[in-house]
Amino acid sequence: MSTRTIQGQKNLQDIRQASKDGIGGSPLRPDGTLKVKGEFAYSSDMWHEDMLWGMALRSPHPRANILSVDISEALKLPGVYAVLTHDDIPGSKFYGLEIQDQPALAIDKVRYHGEAIAIVAADHPETARRAVKKIKVEYEVLTPIVTEEQCLDPEVHGYVHEPHEFKSHGYGNICHSQKLVHGGGVTDEIRALADVIVKSDYEVGMQDQAFLGPESGLAVPAEDGGIDLYVATQWLHVDRQQMAPVLGLPEEKVRLTLAGVGGAFGGREDLSMQIHASLLAQRTGKPVKIVYARDESFFGHVHRHPARMTYEHGATRDGKLVFADARIVLDGGAYASASPAVVGNAASLGHGPYNIPNVRMEAIALYSNNPSCGAMRGFGAVQAAFAYESQMDKLAAELGMDPVELRQLNAMSEGDSMPTGQVIDSPAPVAELLQRVKDMPLPPPLDLENIDVRTLPGALSNTSHGEGIVRGIGYSVGIKNVGFSEGFDDYSTARVRLEVIGGEPVAMVHTAMAEVGQGGVTVHAQIARTELGVEQVTIHPANTEVGSAGSTSASRQTYMTGGAVKLAAEAVKQAVIEKGRRRYGWTQTDLTLAGGKVVSESQGALIPLVDLLGDEAIDLTREHHHRPTVPFDKETGQGFGHVQYTFCANRAVVDVDVELGLVKVVELTAAQDVGKALNPLSVIGQIQGGCTQALGLAVMEEIIVRDGKVRNASFTDYLIPTILDTPPIPVDILELPDPNAPYGLRGVGEAPTVSATPCIVAAIRQATGKALNRIPVRPEHITGTL
Amino acid sequence: MRVTFTANGKPVEADDVWEGESLLYVLRERVGLPGSKNACEQGECGSCTVYLDGTPVCSCLVAAGQVQGREVRTVEGLTDENGELGLVQQAFIDAGAVQCGFCTPGLLVQTDALLDNDAQPSDTDIREALSGNLCRCTGYEKIMDAVRLASARKCAKAASE
Repeated sequence: MSTRTIQGQKNLQDIRQASKDGIGGSPLRPDGTLKVKGEFAYSSDMWHEDMLWGMALRSPHPRANILSVDISEALKLPGVYAVLTHDDIPGSKFYGLEIQDQPALAIDKVRYHGEAIAIVAADHPETARRAVKKIKVEYEVLTPIVTEEQCLDPEVHGYVHEPHEFKSHGYGNICHSQKLVHGGGVTDEIRALADVIVKSDYEVGMQDQAFLGPESGLAVPAEDGGIDLYVATQWLHVDRQQMAPVLGLPEEKVRLTLAGVGGAFGGREDLSMQIHASLLAQRTGKPVKIVYARDESFFGHVHRHPARMTYEHGATRDGKLVFADARIVLDGGAYASASPAVVGNAASLGHGPYNIPNVRMEAIALYSNNPSCGAMRGFGAVQAAFAYESQMDKLAAELGMDPVELRQLNAMSEGDSMPTGQVIDSPAPVAELLQRVKDMPLPPPLDLENIDVRTLPGALSNTSHGEGIVRGIGYSVGIKNVGFSEGFDDYSTARVRLEVIGGEPVAMVHTAMAEVGQGGVTVHAQIARTELGVEQVTIHPANTEVGSAGSTSASRQTYMTGGAVKLAAEAVKQAVIEKGRRRYGWTQTDLTLAGGKVVSESQGALIPLVDLLGDEAIDLTREHHHRPTVPFDKETGQGFGHVQYTFCANRAVVDVDVELGLVKVVELTAAQDVGKALNPLSVIGQIQGGCTQALGLAVMEEIIVRDGKVRNASFTDYLIPTILDTPPIPVDILELPDPNAPYGLRGVGEAPTVSATPCIVAAIRQATGKALNRIPVRPEHITGTL
Repeated sequence: MRVTFTANGKPVEADDVWEGESLLYVLRERVGLPGSKNACEQGECGSCTVYLDGTPVCSCLVAAGQVQGREVRTVEGLTDENGELGLVQQAFIDAGAVQCGFCTPGLLVQTDALLDNDAQPSDTDIREALSGNLCRCTGYEKIMDAVRLASARKCAKAASE
């Protein structure tokens, strides 16, 4: 290596270090300043002169025939501009993410409590509220179909959707089913190979995404007869795809722009107010804003599927798993939403990150008259993880083994096969992640003599001074897929433009990615800086003027849209270099961009971008497709169905007041392999946030549904963790690159929500000795007074 | 009815206010101060917290008529007249405590009030003071970091003055 080369490299390193805000750094959010100033425009902040307020009339019954709807009194109210029912819909009356089974406004019957029947536009939200109350609906109330037994016996209890209504249905009230058989399956002969067998039933309640920013947006009628919609969503293009046929418009006349999103977590994958506001804007010719109240938000989006599960595991005396058998029943509620994909995940990920030679699984999603369920962080992997991790603890207890050692003994690693037959072809450090959480220092032991009572279970209520407190520790690990699976051509589009503005080279990144708080906008700027060697990057507002980015879900956006930004930026880089070659005849093969210059890796800077670009902008668009997958075989569940896997391990330390049944999580530790932390600050934020939603599911979060009716549609009654309920969450990040992913990264957001719930329950079990097979764990489960 | 009050030091008035309107609605929809957020409108989440005559309140629970002649300070008022961020605002950005940011305005006002009363609160004091502000994204760890950072900067600033 010549001296010159070394100098050149040093020069290059210096230039690159100037761009510390590239990948691997933690630059601050580009929208952070606006957000702390209160100037960031969320969807509910949209405002238009002369705008109207939209509101929906919602069904008080989970199942009823609609005999008549009388809107005449509502229309007479001063200030009311329109009252619409399904009769007023200009196009298709149905929509849906996977199956178009959901009416935009109820037709002749309602299938869940809170289903929209009519919509109103008025000059003030209170006028709209009063108008909604004046709509008279005559119902024939029917007994709702709400239990698994009722759903599976439609001849007696009826159909949620009549069999002739949708061809895509399975049979009866089953929306989707997936079986899986691996090895020899589970037979009497295989059971006989096990020295120890544990079997239990588990139940998971209905969790809500409970994002803080309510569903909202502004629909503005355009002069060309189209609609401009400013909305909080997770996927602009799929919203448009579902909206346009209902509005009777070609897709190009339905233009969506992302308004500020106050969290999503899967709850914005389905449409909420998009069609309603647009229909009202079409009818009135005025801009229409809809902002859900909190109770309407609980009715207006899908939730996490509640589940009933049966799991059986067999192992040899030395702890090697022999077989696993499971049945998972997910209640999908009235409409399909994402249920088919959730079922696919539950079945394929439902035996966890373990090597099990013989496996059987059946997962189904039911149609019922309960609230619709669909996407929520962890997407079908969460419910199963509670069951299989509970089983691991139970098995360890039966075998007299340490629960972490039992998990490590059976942990899958790179080169092993999933029960689907798919070989894991990138790092899978399951045993190592468990070891990492185990090795992290424990919090100091409980010291009742010197404790601040505010830190005890029950916290500020001053309910005890620690008399009945017992401490417990639990462990867990989980697996989650990244990206859309089972043959879905999941892609994203990015447009990158490089030009000189104000004497500086500036990159612009334009995608349709929904920034929902996860930090994609920060990472896109980091990628553009890294690839183009410039400091200044602007992020174009996300809209449908550029190609689809796919959904901000499935932990996929940094992988997919980040990957697209990388491809587009690389293309711009090559175009810039080519331009220089043409002009200056450069022959070096080691050219790149760094520090605002074209640089030779061996010779250092050649020319500033400002001089090379002049007045010309280089503007290129690229799509990023991940490697293809295939649908799982319906009967055997076999197939290369997932793009990438991600793993997280946790340890929980809890204090339980066994007299009062109250739990305080003292510490929740996480270790996760992220492949490459593009922005470590954001990665840690995602993991801590994901762990906290898992904590919520473990001990407090549940939509209570009785006879199909939602009983707690408010933040008073649906409890999400406060800062007092949430402990310190130390995070240990592992970075083992995935050779198939951009920069080697792994999706981050969901894995902790999959894995962290079971360890909290395990810790409560250790403290109390109770079986605790249902989550959320309630005080009465701990005190035994149920 | 007409309601007149002071918002962030400036006199404002709102006409044709319906008796049932909240201060939150008047700020967001009539006065052009949408910084206070409408997450639950039931006093449970703290996203709409503002100062009313110097005391933090949930503006969704205050009837518009109640603020007649009084002083309101919102998140927009934490920024100084030159547009410079307040100490608490800057700390939330620096600590990575802002994700979706919907809870942020309420948390900023509540934290500002906490540090006004006690510039060096313990972790338990912070948790107690912010327990009325829900955040769904962060897991609160970085919010704790932000408050500690703001506290340290506030103490350092006081020491240097």
